[in-house]
Amino acid sequence: MQDNSEPKNIERRRFIRNGMQLALAGTLVGVAALSVKKTRASGMVWQIDPFKCVQCGRCATECVRMPSAVKCVHAYNLCGYCDLCGGYLKPDPNARSTAAENQLCPTAAIQRRFIEDPFYEYVIDENLCIGCAKCVAGCTSFGNGSLHLQIRHNLCKNCNECAIARVCPAEAISRIPADKPYQIKGGFRKTPAKDKG
Amino acid sequence: MNRFLKYIFFLVILAFGTVNSMAAESKQRFPKPEFATGYSQPNTTAPAARFQLLEYLDVTVLLAVMLILTWLVLKKRSRRGVFWVSAFSLLYFGWYREGCICAVGSVQNVVLGIVDPTYAIPVTALIFFLLPLIFALFAGRIFCAGACPLGAIQDLIAFKPIELPKWLQKVLGLIPFLYLGLAVLLVATKSEFIICRYDPFVGFFRWDAPFHMLVLGILFLLVGVFVARPYCRFFCPYGVLLGWMSRFSSHHMKITPSACIQCKLCANSCPFGAINEPVAETGKRRSNVYRLMVYFLVLPFWIGIGGYAGSKMHVQLSRFNRTVYLADLIIEHPEVKNDPNNIDVRTFMSLGKSMDKLIAEAVVIRKQFETGSLILGGFMGLVIGMSLIRLSTFRKREDWEPDQTNCLSCARCMPYCPVKE
Repeated sequence: MQDNSEPKNIERRRFIRNGMQLALAGTLVGVAALSVKKTRASGMVWQIDPFKCVQCGRCATECVRMPSAVKCVHAYNLCGYCDLCGGYLKPDPNARSTAAENQLCPTAAIQRRFIEDPFYEYVIDENLCIGCAKCVAGCTSFGNGSLHLQIRHNLCKNCNECAIARVCPAEAISRIPADKPYQIKGGFRKTPAKDKG
Repeated sequence: MNRFLKYIFFLVILAFGTVNSMAAESKQRFPKPEFATGYSQPNTTAPAARFQLLEYLDVTVLLAVMLILTWLVLKKRSRRGVFWVSAFSLLYFGWYREGCICAVGSVQNVVLGIVDPTYAIPVTALIFFLLPLIFALFAGRIFCAGACPLGAIQDLIAFKPIELPKWLQKVLGLIPFLYLGLAVLLVATKSEFIICRYDPFVGFFRWDAPFHMLVLGILFLLVGVFVARPYCRFFCPYGVLLGWMSRFSSHHMKITPSACIQCKLCANSCPFGAINEPVAETGKRRSNVYRLMVYFLVLPFWIGIGGYAGSKMHVQLSRFNRTVYLADLIIEHPEVKNDPNNIDVRTFMSLGKSMDKLIAEAVVIRKQFETGSLILGGFMGLVIGMSLIRLSTFRKREDWEPDQTNCLSCARCMPYCPVKE
């Protein structure tokens, strides 16, 4: 009796295994089919929408990289080249000079250069910038808003979920196609729908 | 008539307002000066993202590694080969690619791709998700053997593996199911990617990590010296899927190349406790079958309990979602509205979104969590019920065989087998 049932036993096991294998393969094909419909060939990268950014300062602290992969960039086209720069100088500075006591930037990453009376050029040293957005806040509230934050893709690790995006209070960070990886002010407008046309 | 005039007046005001604000937007507060000294304005730099072709190189490397591993495990039966391939994977996917892209996290991308109409999953992420599963369906968990950088880093430091008691292995073995379920729930509600957030080793691959990641990683490595591959066995959510595939794989590796001679030399060779001993059938077959049927009849009961417990948790779980969290916070502690240090509340207040809208959004998300945690609980009930069934039933087995669900195909047992082909 025992011996007789043995091959049957093995046959049954094989049947169950093959059936389950087929079912699992079917599931995989199903999942693949569901996903394939909306795949995209190019990857996605994380980027900040400068018009949504509220300069909360979390970009400096929440990035998995230290210092952050978020840097302040300067859209020179929008800059007013002001002498009294809200992004460079502290509120109520002692003098409009490059003295450390007058600088808003905690790492002195903005270089101020005289061009011609009364205009000054502001250039960001990205090696020093920590992405704290202090200058962005100053420039946005008192100036043209030419200073703004962007994720620099030579530094960004492109995490599956951006650690800053997870805590960004304005939900300003989102995935965008990797073939257009920046949203730099000037070229990038507040109304992207119009911009596309 | 009066109403009509009012309407026209309103429209005119509206149009005027729109034009006005558009003009204000396009004009600078401080117009760009015209320079007399021939100053040339520098360009705003935009360093490029990683070259797209390299992403496809990753996929090719994964495919190559998987093929080589399959050959090494199934044909060559070489532990040494598997070791060197896993060292390569650790270098390439770990330190060169810095842990992203990875198959373990891709589960979340696939789920997000299915539930979120605005998210398009990159082809590479989809392939990283599917390839290891397809291989597992035919040849077992080849991916775990030497293609996964997370597995490889633990594999290399398992110096003094001790055998955990079976009951502990079973209990800890339930965690991955919960982790997978939670991860899917949190992605399906568009809350967050917990698998990536709590990835313990990515910090080592980047030489740079937040504090909690480092602590988690060091802890896992320390434990990993004595308990072989703790993350793979007791946490990895992707391992659950691989286990399901591998369980029914047709060409899973065998300990012996031909017929087992019952020498028991391989018995202690597996650091993961994934070798099944021979089991003789005891008792009457008919009564055993009846017993199994009773267990299966109890299964819906387990699912019910799990579902009930799960749905009780939905309020707590839904706080993982930031919208729900913020709404809860403001309702329960209205005083935070005036707290200048709470960045989230401050931003919410300054953006001018109404409280009603926030609550409406939070209610919708909490509803999703209600359904989701019911399903999650039911799933956990099913998992617990099934593992109890597996614990209390015998499966007749004559030879020493790898446990196909948990076997990581690392080939450590093979050199212990005296049988040659």
